[in-house]
Amino acid sequence: MKNLEFRTASSARGGLLVMANVAGVAAGTRVGITDHSGRRRNGLVIRTSDDAVLVEVFEDTDDLDLERTWVRFLDEPYSLPVSRDILGRVFNGVGRPRDGRPPIVSGQHRDINGAPLNPAARAYPREFIETGLSAIDGMNSLTRGQKLPIFSGGGLPHNRVAAQIVRQARLLGEAAGDFAVVFAAFGVSSQDARFFQEGFEESGALERLVMFLNLADEPVIERLLTPRAALTAAEYLAFELDRHVLVVMTDMTAYAEALREVAVLRGDVPARKGYPGYLYSDLAELYERAGRIRNRPGSITLIPVLSMPSDDITHPIPDLTGYITEGQIVLSRELNAQGVYPPIAVLPSLSRLMKDGIGGDFTRPDHPRVASQLFASYARALEVRGLAAIIGAEDLSEGDRRYLEFAEAFERRFVGQAEGDQRDVYATLDLAWDLLSMLPAASLTRVSEEELAKHYKPGDKVTR
Amino acid sequence: MARIIEINGPLVRLELPGALLGEQVRVGALGLSGEVIAREGDTALAQLYEDSTGLAPGEPAEGLGHPLSVELGPGLLGGIFDGVQRPLEAIWQASGDRIARGVQIPALTRDRRWDFTPAADRLPGMVLNGGDILGTVPETASIEHRILVPPDVAGELLELAPAGDYDVDATLARIRMRDGTLRKLSLCQRWPVRRPRPFRRRNHAGEPLITGQRILDTFYPLLKGGKAAIPGPFGAGKTMLQHQIARWCNAEIVIYVGCGERGNELTDVLESLPKLTDPHSGRPLMERTLLIANTSNMPVVAREASVYVGITIAEYFRDQGYDVVMVADSTSRWAEALREVAGRLGQMPVEEGYPAYLGSRLAAFYERAGRVETLAGNTGSVTLIGAVSPPGGDFSEPVTSHTKEIIQTFWALSKELADARHYPAIDWLESFSGYVGEAAGWWAEHVDPDWAEARARALELLSESEELRRIVNLVGVEALSSEQRWSLEAAELIKEALLQQAATDAVDSYASPAKQYLLLAGLLAIHAEGLRLIALGVPARRLIELPVVAEARRWKTRYGDAELAALRERVAGLTEDFMKLEGEYAVASGSAARVAAEEGGQP
Repeated sequence: MKNLEFRTASSARGGLLVMANVAGVAAGTRVGITDHSGRRRNGLVIRTSDDAVLVEVFEDTDDLDLERTWVRFLDEPYSLPVSRDILGRVFNGVGRPRDGRPPIVSGQHRDINGAPLNPAARAYPREFIETGLSAIDGMNSLTRGQKLPIFSGGGLPHNRVAAQIVRQARLLGEAAGDFAVVFAAFGVSSQDARFFQEGFEESGALERLVMFLNLADEPVIERLLTPRAALTAAEYLAFELDRHVLVVMTDMTAYAEALREVAVLRGDVPARKGYPGYLYSDLAELYERAGRIRNRPGSITLIPVLSMPSDDITHPIPDLTGYITEGQIVLSRELNAQGVYPPIAVLPSLSRLMKDGIGGDFTRPDHPRVASQLFASYARALEVRGLAAIIGAEDLSEGDRRYLEFAEAFERRFVGQAEGDQRDVYATLDLAWDLLSMLPAASLTRVSEEELAKHYKPGDKVTR
Repeated sequence: MARIIEINGPLVRLELPGALLGEQVRVGALGLSGEVIAREGDTALAQLYEDSTGLAPGEPAEGLGHPLSVELGPGLLGGIFDGVQRPLEAIWQASGDRIARGVQIPALTRDRRWDFTPAADRLPGMVLNGGDILGTVPETASIEHRILVPPDVAGELLELAPAGDYDVDATLARIRMRDGTLRKLSLCQRWPVRRPRPFRRRNHAGEPLITGQRILDTFYPLLKGGKAAIPGPFGAGKTMLQHQIARWCNAEIVIYVGCGERGNELTDVLESLPKLTDPHSGRPLMERTLLIANTSNMPVVAREASVYVGITIAEYFRDQGYDVVMVADSTSRWAEALREVAGRLGQMPVEEGYPAYLGSRLAAFYERAGRVETLAGNTGSVTLIGAVSPPGGDFSEPVTSHTKEIIQTFWALSKELADARHYPAIDWLESFSGYVGEAAGWWAEHVDPDWAEARARALELLSESEELRRIVNLVGVEALSSEQRWSLEAAELIKEALLQQAATDAVDSYASPAKQYLLLAGLLAIHAEGLRLIALGVPARRLIELPVVAEARRWKTRYGDAELAALRERVAGLTEDFMKLEGEYAVASGSAARVAAEEGGQP
């Protein structure tokens, strides 16, 4: 069938094209469309029957002249050519080069929709990935095979944070050389795209990186394919080439909005805020491609970045994401306004799998308890800050004033770090002890006596 | 000839004359499975349990003549199955890491022979009815699998196989039915999942399900055969709590249905259960556990089926006379699957896109829980615990609000508590249990007659402390009387030393009823002792500084179930901790000036 061209379009409306008198077209097939001016468009079969085939046209149906439109059904789903050479390359949303270099030539193509992993084949995420950011490594550690989103908001520097993670992320120990990063950006402005591309080239991160870029002015449906293409590349690297792959995707809100746009065109029943009822399943189809597989050395770790509309964490996109992922890193508008970069709000952030990635076997024995102590002390410090806002800092007790100083130092020195500053996890933990030493030893009940004796530096007055 | 006419996502229109509603179908060259959900003349509409990509009109289709049903027999326990009861471990062996489409592998292994012992009094010539026990198979070291006459079979036993090793298909018995037809029975039987298995009558009296989680057992108990819901926004620790229940509850069989949830969580269960032992039987937990896994990335229609597959298996073990707990995580994803299919069928949405029958489907599903007298006259139960994932943590959304009307025990998880790292993050004000009266009888008989009173007093302290907390936030702690300050401290103590429970701590993860009560009684005794001293004029500040207040917070991890005698002794000797202070003030008792100086002396 893929060698036949049909000219039987019977209607077109809002990006959908109906083909009549074409029998036996398979669901989900790729479609090539040539219009009267010779312009080529892409499409996808979304509904098929004996009488009519419904094709979704990526580049819209504007200017289509039904009598002079030629349609070819390609008998295959969208697929990505894969080989070792994809590392260091930049592609568009459907896997075509966008770095001016020749396309990937490979006999191996992978359906970008993937196939669900058998739950019995999964292995539990374990072992540490270092991002070089203290607020993540120290208190919300990332584990191989985990999916840990960044919840941000409009105007917050999530793209800079994402780029920093892409540049800095690494593994500790023997596996360090088997690391790779897949970066996908969809619905981004050309300015952001340039920021990412140039940043990665300059830092030398590009050679272990595969990039997929879909710009804001490119077809909306391609935006739905971009994360799928990126994850297909990641699956190839992780489970065929045994790499540990970190996938960073930004911005899932642009993705979900594209999904809503297409769903409305298709006439799907809306559930919440106009998003289709299958938004959860659709996001899960992407996120659940992360993980580890029994008896395979590689892994896929996923950091989706999303900007919460109006900073609302109960909006369907962050909400459904939170139900699928294993924790979240939350960026704070308040910290950002105070000039703290990266503005990571550690208290609402959480890494559920942290316990399986840190400690003596992976980072340092005191890590779990230091993290717990930082959470407790910083939470207490924020309470004191709240109190000081009411009664004034002068009326605080001496003990409380130390907490106030701790909060300040914690935000400036632990959470805050420069964009070029790559802190290894040991430096992060040492810094944590410097800060904890500002507080009375008796108040540090989450760490053990031995750890206090070893790491606590009393009298070591820490100043900003 | 039966063939495909149209494909629209998971829905396919088939030319399939004579199809029955609910009938299983095989569709396309790959043989994808699905079920008929509507009929119109010679065409049938079917929903597929597998992804339809690549399917084309004109490909063949076939009706199998029976509705979605499960295979019931030895080999279920310790297994992991998908939403339509395909064995995932065997599929992994057969088709690799990714689930290939169209794979058909029977749920029960045919490679294994089971050691069958016929029941002693079953003799040829006797009349057997549905639910009667034919014999037993030791399926695991902790569970004896009782082979039942299927509920729809009754008649004269012609022949029963002698003790020996049989596979699940071997004929064990022949029965002449009342209408004269012959039925062969084997170790395995089938039952349609959407039809509840019959029983003789409901049996309401019951005992509490002990989960070892203090906030559940002591404060919001659930009975065996009861219905409970765990609603909670993401990050509130819903899954962890369910895992804890699946690990530690005193049911004999646990069925965990992962319905549209994370793959890694199921892996966690799969990897951790074999390493844990059942505190009640001392055997590996995996021997009594069965997992149904339809993770969120697996086809949505099979997700809808998965909870029915789970509950049918639960009923089957109930019919053998066992106490079964089924945990469904999450019923919201199941409801969303309903919504998705309803949307594709063009059914009129009512609330948030859900179809009008959401409430009745949920009610009918939960109604399959219960403690019953089985057809054979034994007692068995199915306890149903459904997780709910309300969007945005909003408990007024349709699934949560419908569920709340149906269930008896409501364990409300709170994001605020989880953010404060208070786990399990169950809100003690929002939660409720309709079983407290029945549970009290059991606690009084097995643990302590004062249980109900102690529980009520602790809850009173907790709710009083909310009020006091508000005052403190407005005008500061100085506004409270000594008695109020001490009550506030006691409530904090109850929260930290009793309600908070660390799932990852080896000692604290499970607390026996006796330990739960001792801790509760001990903390209340501290409060009472303090009140007595306050009456003597001791300021609350001095009481809060007492070492016993800090020490009590560590009781839960210090005293394991082997050291209960020591804990009992510790609680009994509490008066001594207050003696020194008492002595100090007993002398000065009545000296109002001194009290005033103490109270006012420190800002």
